Amino acid sequence: MGTIFHLDIVSAEESIYSGPVEFLVAPAQMGEVGIYPRHTPMLTRIKSGMVRIKAQLKEEELVYVSGGMLEVQPDVVTILADTAVRSHDLDEAKALEAKRAAEEAMKNRESELDYAKAQAELIEAMAQLAAIDKLRKRGH
Amino acid sequence: MAGSREIRNKIKSVKNTQKITRAMEMVAASKMRKAQERMKKARPYGEKIRNVAAHMSRANTEYRHPFLIARDTVKRIGVIIVTSDKGLCGGLNTNVLRKVVNQMKTWRAEGEQVEVCCIGNKGLGFMSRVGANITSQVVGLGDAPDITKLIGAVKVVLDGYTQDQFDRVYIFYNRFINTMKQEPVMEQLLPLTDERMQSSEQENSNKPKATWDYIYEPEAKPVIDDIMVRYVEALIYQAVAENMASEQSARMVAMKAASDNAGNVINELTLIYNKSRQAAITKELSEIVGGAAAV
Repeated sequence: MGTIFHLDIVSAEESIYSGPVEFLVAPAQMGEVGIYPRHTPMLTRIKSGMVRIKAQLKEEELVYVSGGMLEVQPDVVTILADTAVRSHDLDEAKALEAKRAAEEAMKNRESELDYAKAQAELIEAMAQLAAIDKLRKRGH
Repeated sequence: MAGSREIRNKIKSVKNTQKITRAMEMVAASKMRKAQERMKKARPYGEKIRNVAAHMSRANTEYRHPFLIARDTVKRIGVIIVTSDKGLCGGLNTNVLRKVVNQMKTWRAEGEQVEVCCIGNKGLGFMSRVGANITSQVVGLGDAPDITKLIGAVKVVLDGYTQDQFDRVYIFYNRFINTMKQEPVMEQLLPLTDERMQSSEQENSNKPKATWDYIYEPEAKPVIDDIMVRYVEALIYQAVAENMASEQSARMVAMKAASDNAGNVINELTLIYNKSRQAAITKELSEIVGGAAAV
């Protein structure tokens, strides 16, 4: 112990790397950072780029990440890789789009939430399903 | 023999329907496997980001994110409803929507305002039909949950929370239990509950609050903001992935039931067809015999 730490690189879609390593270099937002075991806790954004990993008794490995977050704990390092290109403006544009679509859909709606209608509709759907179920049971 | 041709046509049409439901069953089965795989693959990210969030909540951070601060008065509630885009999947969407409507009724009785964010066509269609207040929406997700498509709709809700438009945010979706069983669930998303801020590693969940703090690059606030937003997005992504796996399995089961039903109908109709054919033959024979006897 003390000469290695655990590294996890994960993205929302898969686990990219998981295992004990001796040393790693990651492209942090303020410049590259090299991390050895027992590093002080640190949180930072990382840019897209290569993460260099040196595991024990192994060649150095290069893993590409498209940006994300890096968390350093004395014996665990986690890289949360983004699957999408993120920027504040881009997110904002997407939010506006989603909002606009909803407003469009809201234009021709009734003023008040009609619970009676909602429930009637759901009860009807449930009754249909129940009827199908019953028919099925009878058939066998 | 007047009725027999009609029956034959009917059998043919039921057989055609059966072909379609069979095909859909098989398509759903193969999509289900992929959807389940995706759901499982998304888990490590959820776990890791949860651990990071847990570390952060134990650390003596200089900045507390609004997602972690519970509000005393709850006046407005944001609801994220995850449904499928397409139908023909049994009671899947109906079950989750029923849960939503019941819950909304209770909230309204308590004098709280509810606004919804719809992920998926079915929920959106229903909610706009019944006239709910829709703040954002995203439809047409396809077969793979794509975080880029979710970001926008989710951001509206998260921004709403930070800007005091919502005091609480819930998410409704179908939890995938197994191929035969999916369960509609309601979970509190914001403020993040203590349970959600606990690490999945059991051993250190009871440690006292540490005195250390992180080094932040460049600064505490933007970094913590980023982490929290990603955490909540990961939770939603997970919910969407589970709902998609649920959708495909529910569709497979529903289509299998439909194919079986079609088989039963065909059997019954064939029986009737044969009976009527035989009756016609008997009638003809007796007419011939009767005619011969008369001569």
